[in-house]
Amino acid sequence: MSVSLQTLKSHIDDTQGEKLQQSTIALNELTIEVAPDDLLEISTFLHDDEACAFEQLIDVCGVDYLTYGSTEWETGGSGFSRGVKREFSFDADEQDETVEFDGKRFAVVMHLLSVKHNQRIRVKCYCDDNDFPRVDSVESIWGSANWFERETFDMFGILFNGHPDLRRILTDYGFIGHPFRKDFPLIGHVDMRYDEEQKRVIYEPVSIEDRTLVPRVIRKDQRFTPAVEGDE
Amino acid sequence: MAEIKNYTLNFGPAHPAAHGVLRLVLEMDGEVIQRADPHIGLLHRGTEKLAESKPYNQSIGYMDRLDYVSMMCNEHGYVLALEKMLGIEAPIRAQYIRTMFDEITRILNHLLWIGAHALDVGAMTMFLYAFREREDLMDIYEAVSGARLHATYYRPGGVYRDLPDTMPLHETSRWTNDADVKRLNANRGGSVLDFIEDFTQRFPKYVDEYETLLTDNRIWKQRLVDIGIVSPERALQLGLTGAMLRGSGVEWDLRKKQPYAMYDQVDFDIPVGVNGDSYDRYLVRIEEMRQSNNIIKQCVDWLKKNPGSVMHEDHKITPPPREKMKGDMEALIHHFKLATEGYCLPEGEAYAAIEHPKGEFGCYIVSDGANKPYRLKVRAPGFAHMSAMDELTKGHMLADVVTVIGTMDIVFGEVDR
Repeated sequence: MSVSLQTLKSHIDDTQGEKLQQSTIALNELTIEVAPDDLLEISTFLHDDEACAFEQLIDVCGVDYLTYGSTEWETGGSGFSRGVKREFSFDADEQDETVEFDGKRFAVVMHLLSVKHNQRIRVKCYCDDNDFPRVDSVESIWGSANWFERETFDMFGILFNGHPDLRRILTDYGFIGHPFRKDFPLIGHVDMRYDEEQKRVIYEPVSIEDRTLVPRVIRKDQRFTPAVEGDE
Repeated sequence: MAEIKNYTLNFGPAHPAAHGVLRLVLEMDGEVIQRADPHIGLLHRGTEKLAESKPYNQSIGYMDRLDYVSMMCNEHGYVLALEKMLGIEAPIRAQYIRTMFDEITRILNHLLWIGAHALDVGAMTMFLYAFREREDLMDIYEAVSGARLHATYYRPGGVYRDLPDTMPLHETSRWTNDADVKRLNANRGGSVLDFIEDFTQRFPKYVDEYETLLTDNRIWKQRLVDIGIVSPERALQLGLTGAMLRGSGVEWDLRKKQPYAMYDQVDFDIPVGVNGDSYDRYLVRIEEMRQSNNIIKQCVDWLKKNPGSVMHEDHKITPPPREKMKGDMEALIHHFKLATEGYCLPEGEAYAAIEHPKGEFGCYIVSDGANKPYRLKVRAPGFAHMSAMDELTKGHMLADVVTVIGTMDIVFGEVDR
């Protein structure tokens, strides 16, 4: 399979070379990176081209790179809630400053499958604007993109230009925020319960405390790093 | 003639035929559906976000709870993605065990599907028959993992433990008398493998029974034939996988095309449909049960002949055996590190997919080198199937919605995640 993967890579490199930001083969998987402006064009190519023939869109998902590479090793405050930095407040003035972040925060990742050639490819597209992430919808090429893009919008707030029906899909009616963003706390913002006095369901600020049981650590494992320089 | 206007019908969210919590908003013209708008997410638990806050191994249990009728297959998808990134492979015996349990799970899933599907369209007996066999399979689950449903049996690097030598026996209680217990224990005298072998010998006859009840049944055919037809082109376009794709005549099965575990070593066929309607998908799944049964048989034969290790030897990733921890300092350290911190994955990303009973189940992991996933995306087959709901039901009658939900084999644990 890896030989044909190499052939596929060179075919895409040769024909679409100037539009690709990157194309790599890692772990026997081909990944290409494209700019949001080229996404639609590249997708059409991948779908229509005879040698690619990616008829199926297996998956679309978002990735939020806000805290990529950060750990929770420093402890502060009570033991179990170490690693939790933010205190959330409904008052906009009291809220923490948004976390400083350079570089592109959101990426849309698509996984394509070619039933004809038994081939897979991953297409990655970093959104240009961190506050207002947008990419083109590929719904016109693959029908299955419809719900996957709705989910990505719901979870990350990434907008898809030209999507026919960009509504929330998984979260509750009237939900605020995008839960899979890294600055959205795991415990959420609100509790919901039935109030006996008011005889209706009410929303309240969340009553539990966020805590980290196993801190996040990054260990450099020698087995996974390529041979040290001069050691080759 | 009186003027008839379109009206909207709300189906669910707690309708018994919706297979869980599905709210369908149907725009109807008389009894004919013009548009179906499924509202999902009522079972959304944020599994992917939860996984981001836990070491890798602690999320295996969450995978069981995605598609809660094909538990071990979900684990397999997750574990394969981890193994891909760690660059390890499970010992052959563990891979055979996984293959066997994937197929046991496939039968478990298809049994629930056929029971619920038949019940939805009016065949009560099927449900009782299917649950009779599920009982045996869940006993096998219980024997190896201690849990009847949410097994958490697979681990990166193998499976939690080897197959036990004895099958747990029934005991007399307030509900079962001596005669019952004797009957129930009749085939449980040997090891778990003996019990599984006994099951594979009994099972083809059971499938024949299901077919006598359904395949040529006039009512069953009236409800299924020509309902929810998908052409092969549309099936690919809509992202359908598994039996939904094979029912339309596309010969696509990851077990054959991109083999994992021991699927390239066992002999089996891929059944495909012709018309792409609900009835063809029914026939495909029935044949899949027979094929699965054959695969289990082959695995049992191999496993009986070839004892060996079921866990990878690298104790940076898999815990050392309990006996060793008592006397060996290094084993103790390994255990301590695994229990308190887990293991770190190298930086990078990977996608691993398996042929789940419902379709393609994949896990996409992004790692920044930490002991927890940076991002875990679960590609659930049911989500794509559910999104095809509108197209499959358009122009059909209201009663056919139930057939279409049944034929898609929807489970909300995986659709909503």
